[in-house]
Amino acid sequence: MHKVLEVSGLSKRYGEGCPSCFEKTGPEFDTNICPDCGSVVAAHNLSFDLYQGEILGIMGESGSGKSTAVKCLFFDQEPTGGSATFYDQDQAYPLFSLNKAQQRRLSNHRFGMVYQNPHLGLNFDISAGGNIAERLLMSGVDHYGDIRQRAIDLLSRTEVLTQRIDELPKNFSGGMQQRVQIAKALATNPPLLFLDEVTTGLDLSVQAAILDLILEIQHQEKTSMIVVTHDLGVIRLLADRTLVMKYGRVIESGLTDQILEDPQHAYTQRLVASAL
Amino acid sequence: MNQQAILNVENFSKQFLLHEQGKVIPSSSHVNLEVYSGSLTALVGPTGSGKSSVLKGIYRTYLPSSGSIHYTTSAGEVINLVDATEHQILELRRGEIGFVTQFLHCLPRQTTEDIVAQPLIQKGINPTKAIDAAQTMLAAMKIPERLWGISPATFSGGEKQRVNLARGLIAKPRLLLLDEPTASLDAATTDTVVGLIEALKQEGTAILAIFHHIELVERMADRVVALEPPVMTDSISEKIA
Repeated sequence: MHKVLEVSGLSKRYGEGCPSCFEKTGPEFDTNICPDCGSVVAAHNLSFDLYQGEILGIMGESGSGKSTAVKCLFFDQEPTGGSATFYDQDQAYPLFSLNKAQQRRLSNHRFGMVYQNPHLGLNFDISAGGNIAERLLMSGVDHYGDIRQRAIDLLSRTEVLTQRIDELPKNFSGGMQQRVQIAKALATNPPLLFLDEVTTGLDLSVQAAILDLILEIQHQEKTSMIVVTHDLGVIRLLADRTLVMKYGRVIESGLTDQILEDPQHAYTQRLVASAL
Repeated sequence: MNQQAILNVENFSKQFLLHEQGKVIPSSSHVNLEVYSGSLTALVGPTGSGKSSVLKGIYRTYLPSSGSIHYTTSAGEVINLVDATEHQILELRRGEIGFVTQFLHCLPRQTTEDIVAQPLIQKGINPTKAIDAAQTMLAAMKIPERLWGISPATFSGGEKQRVNLARGLIAKPRLLLLDEPTASLDAATTDTVVGLIEALKQEGTAILAIFHHIELVERMADRVVALEPPVMTDSISEKIA
């Protein structure tokens, strides 16, 4: 098993910033807003690694910084500090010191992202097939027939009726939009996939089908994934290892069964005890 | 026996620190034991003496509070499971250490034969072969063939327990942890299961087991380790200062 990603000291702050931002925020202070300058410390000093085929869960309530972490890694946001190295095909990419073109190349070819809100991951003005084609075109596939065929394969893989390939995403149900998003993310067979609250707000049966699909992909393609969720059930089902975040800090990390059965931090104990 | 133990637990203790209640609950204390290849060590003691906590501590479902757990891998490397990395533990769980509890925890919506085949598939065995092996194992556990293709969600307690055992035994782990694996089985089925565990032991698996019935300990154990309930300070628990 080789390492796919190594993140060290990742921080993200919104606002001016001052010397006490990091010292006066966090779970001990019960806030992520700096009392001196009002900056928001969304994430501070996150360090973790990810191996091939592994699913890492990041769990925490809204505002804990879990989405910020993956958005920085997918280049949606620029981190304030820290480093991240992506290992791919015998190359090591220092993610945050790449130029924009290099970053775009990675996010188009080698990473996939599925957002909670399909509007962020899909272009609603073009068809489902067009969304997949867009990603394939950006990664250098330019034969119309190949693109069409690949889009059909991906949609049937994610159980979207292929007859609906030319329809706009707005005609689809929420669960269907999520599947099109997953199909789009998978288009280039990325070795690393980020899943940000992908089942939140969906019907239970649809959630189950999407989770089964994610496990199947992990199983067949050995894709490494970072799964961000506030749902303990999703963590239990998907993640080998889990980080627990609160006010922008990792307060606890470990094997998922250990986090759920023997949580160490007061917050995690409360969280696990409140699970239905 | 003049061989080396493959698992050596020394001075193992486990306490739970419950923040909300402000309490420390002791579970196991000062446990010492050894487990050898091809041999079964039974953990005995009254309820609350921390038997399950020892098994979970070895498997890292619980974080041990103190002590050491030295495990010798198939490659001959000695690892202290207390401070092994998470990836080392995951690797050992995939390849060498199996854990069968009283309860079947599995992914929902999976067929029984898929569940049983899973440890083999994870080891890289071809899925068709793994399913064949799973079917053989389920037959040996006397699970009716008509149940193999459906999820065990609706199975009886005894059937679930045998599915759980089938999954735990199929990959022939080097070290097998058993937590009351026969608790809800009738006498005849228990005999079947005992036979399968014995066979695995003959092939060299080291077993650390907790049995519900004392006669099973007498029947199967090569070594017995008795645990005492942990020493309590004051009444039941210790207040955090």
